[in-house]
Amino acid sequence: MHRSTLCAMALAVVWSAPLPVRAQGAELSMIREEIRQLKDAYEKRIQGLERRLAEAESRAGKTEHDAARAATVVAHPGARAGGENAFNPAISLILQGTAARSSQDPETYRISGFAPSGGEIAPASRGANLGESELVVTANIDPYFRGLLIAALTPENEVEVEEAFFQTLALDHGLTLKGGRFLSGIGYQNEVHQHSWDFQDAPLAYKAFLGGRRNDDGVQLKWVAPTDLFIEFGAELGRGRSFPSTARSRNAAGAWTVFAHVGGDIGTGTAWRAGLSHLRTSPRGRAFEDADSLGNPVTQSFSGRSRLWIADFVLKWAPGGNAAKTNFKLQGEYFRRREDGQLSFDDTARAAPRFGAVLSDTYASLQSGWYLQSVYQFMPRWRIGYRYDRLNFGRVDNGIVANGLGPTAGDFPLLMSDHRPARSTLMFDWSPTEFSRIRLQLASDKSRVGLTDHQALIQYIFSLGAHGAHRF
Amino acid sequence: MRHLRAAVAILILVWALPAASALNIFACTPEWGALAKELGGAKTNVYVATTALQDPHRIEARPSLIARARSADLMVCTGAELEVGWLPLVRTQSGNARIQSGQPGYFEAATHADLLEKPARLDRAAGDVHAAGNPHLHLDPRNIARVAIAMSERMAQLDPRQSAQYREGAKAFLDRWQRAIARWEKAAAPLKGFPVVIHHKNLSYLIGWLGMREVGALEPRPGLPPTAAHLNELLARLARDPAKAVMRAAYNDPRPGDWLAGRARIPSVVLPYTVGGTEVAQDLFGLFDDTLARLLEAAR
Ligand SMILES: [Zn+2]
Repeated sequence: MHRSTLCAMALAVVWSAPLPVRAQGAELSMIREEIRQLKDAYEKRIQGLERRLAEAESRAGKTEHDAARAATVVAHPGARAGGENAFNPAISLILQGTAARSSQDPETYRISGFAPSGGEIAPASRGANLGESELVVTANIDPYFRGLLIAALTPENEVEVEEAFFQTLALDHGLTLKGGRFLSGIGYQNEVHQHSWDFQDAPLAYKAFLGGRRNDDGVQLKWVAPTDLFIEFGAELGRGRSFPSTARSRNAAGAWTVFAHVGGDIGTGTAWRAGLSHLRTSPRGRAFEDADSLGNPVTQSFSGRSRLWIADFVLKWAPGGNAAKTNFKLQGEYFRRREDGQLSFDDTARAAPRFGAVLSDTYASLQSGWYLQSVYQFMPRWRIGYRYDRLNFGRVDNGIVANGLGPTAGDFPLLMSDHRPARSTLMFDWSPTEFSRIRLQLASDKSRVGLTDHQALIQYIFSLGAHGAHRF
Repeated sequence: MRHLRAAVAILILVWALPAASALNIFACTPEWGALAKELGGAKTNVYVATTALQDPHRIEARPSLIARARSADLMVCTGAELEVGWLPLVRTQSGNARIQSGQPGYFEAATHADLLEKPARLDRAAGDVHAAGNPHLHLDPRNIARVAIAMSERMAQLDPRQSAQYREGAKAFLDRWQRAIARWEKAAAPLKGFPVVIHHKNLSYLIGWLGMREVGALEPRPGLPPTAAHLNELLARLARDPAKAVMRAAYNDPRPGDWLAGRARIPSVVLPYTVGGTEVAQDLFGLFDDTLARLLEAAR
């Protein structure tokens, strides 16, 4: 499987080399010459027209506007400024921050009933907070490749590489190969940059099953079908550097994904896309800290197989397809994860362990979650949105508990809380231009068993520099 | 290994399939789609990505556009950053090497015309300015002629076997266009110096061509929606320097223009802006016929 994928990629790269023009050279140059003559003749006619118009204008007396117009007319745009800076990539900078209140401490955030995903999934910290400042640098490398870097400066004064990849431009036949670190093509929201999200934070399903979002190191191959209906298939081989995988030193991929997207238009007003994605990985020693029924710290660790399915859809509507005044967006995703393998329970780090040895037995779970959100721009600049999140604890078979090794379900408050986390979020934002946005967001979050967290925040998002294109 | 060989054979077959006989053209905006049809006729399949009732600055990279770009032999767009918000994504995601930057399959109209209103200083404090100059260049019919020549040349380059037809198409179109320009310029004589208020700077080339006079714009700064304060200030300005009409494109929000026109007791004129913007404007000739008819009606 791996070898044939590599071969296909190598062949694809070879085929991307420029092909000789198949046209008959002599005929082509003759045609060019004729068209040039036509063009010259026509240019003279246009110049004649312009001269007559100018004469008529000078006879009529020049208006103020004409003077202004003449001042703004420039030399032929073909003559561009040169110099070393001429090849500088497009650079843009995203500034963001929040001011938040919450009834539960974000520091103790957890999603009861689900293994901690280790990502930055806690709600916005209380008080004023700088968000991640993102530096985006992108350019065509040569006729065959494009490159992009997104570096995030975190409020903790660290630099994180969010994305750094090359992408092919010349593979043709609908194929695109991407390599480096990139946002995975699974799901819908995963590929949307955080500053373009319609809510300040990720859906609960993304937090629980992907640690907020997936940006693995690896390669992605995508193919767009030559049909009027948008049909796209993609596959990724990755290192598996983050949840649900674990980074390992291994001469093979740690995680792989496949996904398919279908999309199109309904009339001129509606556009839609639906997708199905699969992520497969084999985490080894995926450990997290919990507290047993007496409140003593324990380490639990999972090794086995993890398989995640995501079904997603998005639908956008605007009257006549003109989104400038009003528009509407409906988006939803369903996640379903099956894990099976071995779970270990270790309280030996304590001075007086209850069980005295690392306990290990089989573990299997089938859990799911979904969200549905919609955003409506009711007048230029103003939008309102609502999101509902739900996670289903599903079925968890824990051999340590079932086979009576000692610990009971109460000793696994994170993994074994039969809880159905839910959240309602209301959003209201104002965007003076497409480069600035100020948002008010209110949420009632029941991620923790038995507790409701009331959250309120104000967020700003500003983008400077090059005008980036936005994903659908 | 046998599977691999079969896969390679299929890939080679797909790659070697002869290209479809007609030239597949992806037009970013209706005016370039209409021009491609004039020049190419039955030799081309033209897909138009947007309509006249959609704000060309606010298009999204929707899946259907990626699907259509995938099979395009030629992409004809305005350039000058008009499509900067969606086109780069559509092109990179299409997996189509022929329409990437620098390839003959990517054609930008703006490189074949002299752009107006090129900002001397680039600062977004001045609004969502078009850095390369005003890209709404098709409303000067002489620019359409310039673009037509370059576009037919490009079509002939991409489809050499049909080059004679493109040449004939261009000649026939330019002859008709030349006569039409003469007719329009004659008819539009009463519009010289005609003072107007515009919605967005999307009518500058029309104003420049016909020698009309722009008194003000409903947008306080390019790309920013009109505000009540700005409209009141504009109304006060019209008392000193009266305009004879408020002009907007069919896709612009009617309310600000209608409000101002009502207060200033001048007509509010809706222009098709591009092909498909009104019933009459079903091709490039209809676009200018209808634009002039509507302006002359307001000037009467
Ligand atoms: Zn504009």
